[in-house]
Amino acid sequence: MSAIAGRLPLSFSDRESLWFLSILAVIAIAVPILNLAVPPSSPLHVSTYVLTLVGKYLCYAMLAIAVDLIWGFCGILSLGHAAFFALGGYAMGMYLMRQIGTRGVYGHPVLPDFMVFLNWTDLPWFWYGFDRFWFAMLMVAVVPAVLAYVFGWLAFRSRVTGVYLSIMTQALSYALMLAFFRNDMGFGGNNGFTDFKDILGFDLQQDTTRSVLLVVTVAALAASYCVCRAIVASRAGRVIRAIRDAESRTRFLGYRVESYKLWVFVFSAVVAGVAGALYVPQVGIINPSEFEPINSIEVVIWVAVGGRGTLFGAAAGAALVNYAKTYFTAALPEVWLYALGAIFVGVTLFLPRGLAGLMPAASRGK
Amino acid sequence: MTLTTSGGQRLLWLLLAACLAALPASAQTPDDEFRAVLAELREASFSDKESIADKLIATSHMSARPVLTALLEDRLFVRSQDQQIFIVSSTEESRTQYELIDPVSLSRAGSAPVDELTKIGTNNRLRRFLRITIARGALANPDPDVRRAAVRELLRSLDASAIELLRQRKTEETDARVLYEIDTALALATLDDGDAAARVAAVQTLSERLSPEVRNRLAALIERNDDGSFAESDEGVRVAAAAAIETIDTARSLYSGVETLFFGLSLGSVLVLVAIGLAITFGVMGVINMAHGELMMLGAYTTYVVQTALPGYIEWSVLIAVPAAFLVAGLAGVLIERTIIRFLYGRPLETLLATFGVSLILQQLVRTVFSANNRSVITPSWMSGTLPINDALSITYNRLYIVIFSLIVFGLLLAVLKRTRLGLDIRAVSQNRAMARAMGIRSEWVDAMTFGLGAGIAGVAGVALSQLTNVGPNLGQSYIIDSFMVVVFGGVGNLWGTLIGGISLGVINKLLEPYAGAVLGKILVLVVLILFIQRRPRGLFPQTGRAAEAA
Amino acid sequence: MSSPGRSNGTRSVRRSWRELREAAKRRAPPPLLGKILYLEKLTVSFDGFKALNGLTLYVDPGELRCIIGPNGAGKTTMMDVITGKTRPDEGSAWFGQDVDLLSLTEPEIAQAGIGRKFQKPTVFEFLSVFENLELALAGDKTFWRTLVARLTPAHRERIAEVLHIIGLVAEQGVVAGALSHGQKQWLEIGMLLMQQPELLLVDEPVAGMTPQETERTAELLLSLAGKHTVIVVEHDMDFVRSIAGQVTVLHEGRVLAEGDMDRVQNDPQVIEVYLGA
Ligand SMILES: Nc1ncnc2c1ncn2[C@@H]1O[C@H](COP(=O)(O)OP(=O)(O)OP(=O)(O)O)[C@@H](O)[C@H]1O
Ligand SMILES: [Mg+2]
Repeated sequence: MSAIAGRLPLSFSDRESLWFLSILAVIAIAVPILNLAVPPSSPLHVSTYVLTLVGKYLCYAMLAIAVDLIWGFCGILSLGHAAFFALGGYAMGMYLMRQIGTRGVYGHPVLPDFMVFLNWTDLPWFWYGFDRFWFAMLMVAVVPAVLAYVFGWLAFRSRVTGVYLSIMTQALSYALMLAFFRNDMGFGGNNGFTDFKDILGFDLQQDTTRSVLLVVTVAALAASYCVCRAIVASRAGRVIRAIRDAESRTRFLGYRVESYKLWVFVFSAVVAGVAGALYVPQVGIINPSEFEPINSIEVVIWVAVGGRGTLFGAAAGAALVNYAKTYFTAALPEVWLYALGAIFVGVTLFLPRGLAGLMPAASRGK
Repeated sequence: MTLTTSGGQRLLWLLLAACLAALPASAQTPDDEFRAVLAELREASFSDKESIADKLIATSHMSARPVLTALLEDRLFVRSQDQQIFIVSSTEESRTQYELIDPVSLSRAGSAPVDELTKIGTNNRLRRFLRITIARGALANPDPDVRRAAVRELLRSLDASAIELLRQRKTEETDARVLYEIDTALALATLDDGDAAARVAAVQTLSERLSPEVRNRLAALIERNDDGSFAESDEGVRVAAAAAIETIDTARSLYSGVETLFFGLSLGSVLVLVAIGLAITFGVMGVINMAHGELMMLGAYTTYVVQTALPGYIEWSVLIAVPAAFLVAGLAGVLIERTIIRFLYGRPLETLLATFGVSLILQQLVRTVFSANNRSVITPSWMSGTLPINDALSITYNRLYIVIFSLIVFGLLLAVLKRTRLGLDIRAVSQNRAMARAMGIRSEWVDAMTFGLGAGIAGVAGVALSQLTNVGPNLGQSYIIDSFMVVVFGGVGNLWGTLIGGISLGVINKLLEPYAGAVLGKILVLVVLILFIQRRPRGLFPQTGRAAEAA
Repeated sequence: MSSPGRSNGTRSVRRSWRELREAAKRRAPPPLLGKILYLEKLTVSFDGFKALNGLTLYVDPGELRCIIGPNGAGKTTMMDVITGKTRPDEGSAWFGQDVDLLSLTEPEIAQAGIGRKFQKPTVFEFLSVFENLELALAGDKTFWRTLVARLTPAHRERIAEVLHIIGLVAEQGVVAGALSHGQKQWLEIGMLLMQQPELLLVDEPVAGMTPQETERTAELLLSLAGKHTVIVVEHDMDFVRSIAGQVTVLHEGRVLAEGDMDRVQNDPQVIEVYLGA
């Protein structure tokens, strides 16, 4: 069976996974050590800024893997994954806000600053429980999952496909953005959440806390990679690819296409949500602009750059494009949008299989 | 966009224009004489000013009324340095410099700092006198619109002399609309001093009016004074007043419903306009053009460029910009099609990504060329202002023109698709590319033309948008989601679907707004749309047939 | 934009449970006993054009039935109705005595034991031949089951057997998209075999095949008959003659003639509309 698989353009060999996981392991070990143990004077020292940046890229990589699973393997171009990412981020943000406690500007023991500012007297019901870490973490997964389930159930059951689905997901995330911009929604309006103090009692400004967060992110990324990989390597994974290539044919073989799409969509949303939750404590802010439709489209282009349908390519694409973004926006801010635009056009025209498609077949473990 | 001028000032300009029109030939009296009389105003007492005003009128100089109006509105000033009298165009508080107008020639005379000007004062008595004097002149004006405006101005503060003036005018007046206003004013006056029967009759006359002044006056009749007695002593009048208020309220709410519908219609036609080009590229070619919004942006900037290049033709600029924007955006579209889209036919999701890249590039291009700030596009005067239908309903011209404009564009597009050779080719290629090619249609050329057509219409829509929103690099982004919604809602590949979809979305939006607020209303519409698509995955007017299934 | 979905030009896709039950009552199971497929008074119209017009057709278990008829006669549409792709405006369709096809979705119909080969060969182009067959394998096809499914030795054997039958042993690792038209036809037939359906609907199986291949297909279909019920649509009259017991001629959405090959071939109406002089 594996001999057969080796001859297919879009399948895995364990060597790829091994490479990918090893790189992650190196990051998880080296970056914290270079940050904590190497003195700042040394050229090898990794600054807190870089540490945070790496953490951010890793969260993006996770988001890219989620999008790759649903787009690269199942053919559903979701333009709403930034919304799931943001929802996970907001759930984490709510926990972090409640951790601030009396240290806020207004010093209210229960209400976050922005609620005091709006003259609210009671905590809205949907904020209950977010002072507990386990509950918040549960919500990080449950909220995106429920939204994805409801949306997917409606959409897939009525066979909304292709571009229609993309546009609907985009509208969904746009509607959420408008909603979160409203002050009376109870999520801090356009300022969102920021000024976090600590997580599980550890100071978020401490390098050690940040290093631990980085390691946790690497672990989460590795875990989602492995689970996604297991899914696509299973027979269900082949059904999913069959759906991508000939949806109605799959139905005539007796597969209930909508339920396959639905579960993959839900799982992908959960991965995106977890990525968002890890992102927020590291960058220290979450606001409604995370829902912007352009964010979702950018994720898609990371995946396309890396190579859709490969998982590790998506992760690499996310890191690469974001590195370019960091570089350009600092060095040549005007050029960045030109460059990003050119990447969009260039990749779709010249690199339909992304950078992974450039890799010689041999290195992909014939 | 619209000039925000108070009603009084608007009247003033109307009067001014009318005076200019009415009196050009009679300006034989030397300007010097006028200037001399005017100069007396500087040191006159309030009662002297009355007689000076009479003298100014007596000169029959064309500037007499503008000067008196300026005096009435506290806009007549003496410049400290040379004791010259000037009219000031506006005395908004925020200004530190006033624009000066020469009182004799009525031409611009530069500006002066506020603290170097001294106002020529008035008191209540003088103002009443001036108002009547000006109104008397205006009531004799041959233009019924001027007369009507004069009555309405008088109506705001009726006193004995005003009533007398109106009674007099009523006997001579022939224009029904002016008479209508005079009747309103006289009826209002009757409420104060007529006997009970006359008051009931007046209330009945007023029940057919819609203006808020009338309604407030009637409402005052049925109120109680502090001591518990009614403001209006007669029971019959009170009953009639209550009934009249109900009639007025019903009519007003009817008209506000009509107004909401019209707002919806105009928003809807904007949506149609922005979506219709997309309907071509998306519906006919299966291409998801995410740069559609940016092509509209190009159209809007074309308007700006036209206005900058031809500063003398502002009134015409929008009309010139329409074909120009069509060309600019259309050429950009052809370029995009030839260099990018043509490699991606049959892969809609890829076209989505590639054109999104194009949209980023176009945005940045505009930032580089025009800077990231919004550009101000001037609204020609014929497009600003409102068309009053009655006291409860008036329609702004720009909304009205947008509705008409988008219907014209829609009609033209339909004609192109149905009546021309290009249209036939487009439909043939969209239905069966291979077959059309076998029939000798140059499908490459048709593709480029189709995309160019869709893009050109986006440019035209941009011209319209330049009159409605800020012209900036983000103009396109704010419309792209809406336009996709319209196309998806209406059903892909069906222009009528786009028309009906756009208009209904606009109307639904405006109907929801009063209850839910603008943002929540928009969210509701999006949610409703998402649910709608579940019910009808292919929109209001789905394409049928096997071609649609394979699409 | 999407792969072909169920045609819903004629009526809404989803129906409430109640509607379905009502409909089922109206379409009481046919009185005739012992058939495997009952199609009665089926009417399908597309924007007023009737692709099926009161079609009534019964098929016996184990039969090999050929359906012929001019282009546009409604042969493919009939298969669409049987497999749930198209909903008829009127009529009833029963699979055996107790499966009301019109109340089931496509996967449910497939699970009930009806397999189909499409007129235009449709295989999963990015999956290998082997994987194509694996997906067609009969069994539990819910998401959670396939997530943990493993190929048993019996399954492998079955796949190997089918690979042998369809002559694609050497190509088992090749992506299906790389196969020739004829090979795709075979692969689709192979997928049909993997499904082990009670009823096979085969739409134009030999289009694009060499005479030798055509012959092999005929043999294969004949060997299937008896154990399975097979309905074949074909325009190739020699092929039809070589396999058919019963032949049904469709024309303008209804049955024009039915009987054995000789009878049908000499029917003046059939000659006029289809076979020609
Ligand atoms: N989804 C559809 N929309 C519109 N018309 C359709 C659709 N499906 C089928 N038709 C029409 O119904 C008629 C019957 O088509 P069908 O495919 O059943 O014919 P057929 O007998 O299979 O012909 P052939 O031998 O050419 O395959 C044709 O005229 C076809 O155009
Ligand atoms: Mg057919």
